[in-house]
Amino acid sequence: MDVLGIIIAALFAQNFVLVKFMGICPFLGVSKKPSAALGMGLAVTAVMVITCLVTYPIYVFVLLPLKLEYLEIIVFILIIAALVQMLEMILKKFSPGLYSALGIYLPLVTTNCAILGVAELVIEMTTVEEAHFVHRVFNTVAGGFTDYGMAMSLGEAVFSGLMYGLGFTLAIVLLAGLRQKVDKLNVAKPLRGFPMTMLTACFMAMAFYIFTLI
Amino acid sequence: MKNRIREIALDGTIRQNPTFRLVLGTCPTLAVTTTAFNSLGMGLAVTFVLICSNVIISLLRNVIPDRVRIPCFIVIIATFVTIVRMFMEAYIPDLYESLGVFLSLIVVNCIILGRAESYASHNPVGYSALDGLFMGLGFTVSITVMGIIRELLGSASLFGLKLWDANAFSIPFFTNAAGAFLTYGLLIAIFNVCYNAVDRKIKHNQHGKMLQSVETQTTAKEAE
Repeated sequence: MDVLGIIIAALFAQNFVLVKFMGICPFLGVSKKPSAALGMGLAVTAVMVITCLVTYPIYVFVLLPLKLEYLEIIVFILIIAALVQMLEMILKKFSPGLYSALGIYLPLVTTNCAILGVAELVIEMTTVEEAHFVHRVFNTVAGGFTDYGMAMSLGEAVFSGLMYGLGFTLAIVLLAGLRQKVDKLNVAKPLRGFPMTMLTACFMAMAFYIFTLI
Repeated sequence: MKNRIREIALDGTIRQNPTFRLVLGTCPTLAVTTTAFNSLGMGLAVTFVLICSNVIISLLRNVIPDRVRIPCFIVIIATFVTIVRMFMEAYIPDLYESLGVFLSLIVVNCIILGRAESYASHNPVGYSALDGLFMGLGFTVSITVMGIIRELLGSASLFGLKLWDANAFSIPFFTNAAGAFLTYGLLIAIFNVCYNAVDRKIKHNQHGKMLQSVETQTTAKEAE
């Protein structure tokens, strides 16, 4: 497991927001205050980790053996919606403080493309090995063994989910910090609001672009 | 009725343009607009899903219970996205490859869920289909414009056609992530200028009409 590789890729070189363009809506919408941005980032990270933990086994052990890969979008989005709902209920019961802190952001997470994006991404990395795991099990049972190369294990899938979430948090908190200053600038009227935020994000993307060159 | 269709068309394409006015569906707008062809493909895929989901949701609007409407909407949308994805994989594999994960991410595109929630769930089928068509067209035209600008400046071509030597003049910056943010930000600013000008003109006209009516009233009174 290439821990350092995953960390650098997920935080910088493949940053979900600034390089891969996923989860732009909350990135622009919930970045007025750093504290709110941090809450949104953490909510996204938590849901991403749980999503990877659940969708990976379902894809490898249920959808692939039954040859139902084409249902992945429907299955994944339902799992994510159910997970978010469940997380909300559990937090409400066991940790009301955290619940009220995340309260407004949790329901928004369902329609955040970063979550479905991470589920799809992990699956994409897995399908390269063409369900190595299932094949391997079948092959070992059958007596033969074929090497399917490096495979993404469940541990790696969950870890990259965590790191992609932290990458999202990093980007949104940085933007919120910058916007504290940028929103106060006296710019031309048509540039106020979204355009100015886009230009700020443009400079951040330039900074993150350096990492993709490494 | 004709008036209502005109209203829907104007709302979808100009007054409530999803890309430049409402700033919805930003992820595909930034991600797939590196070439004009990709943008057009993405726009048409979204338009198809939008029309179909609007029609189905509008047909089922009295059946779906209010409390579980969001999951119902999402399943309907996901079904059509799956159809589009399988169709593209079979017939336009190049486009399928270059759109990649963003094809699946149409499911969580805020434009589609937004129209389902705010329009299709309490309007008749015909109007919902038209709303889907015009909103989709508004989106398609906007992101194609962005794709044309980025492809022209970034790789000196248009819809894959080489227009001039890329070594002589091209700004590869525009095909990067940062270039996407810059183009989108500046386009929103330009559209803001246009919208403000139109608004001012409408207000000016209304003001002028009001003054006229006041004048005619006063002259009428004086005549009495």
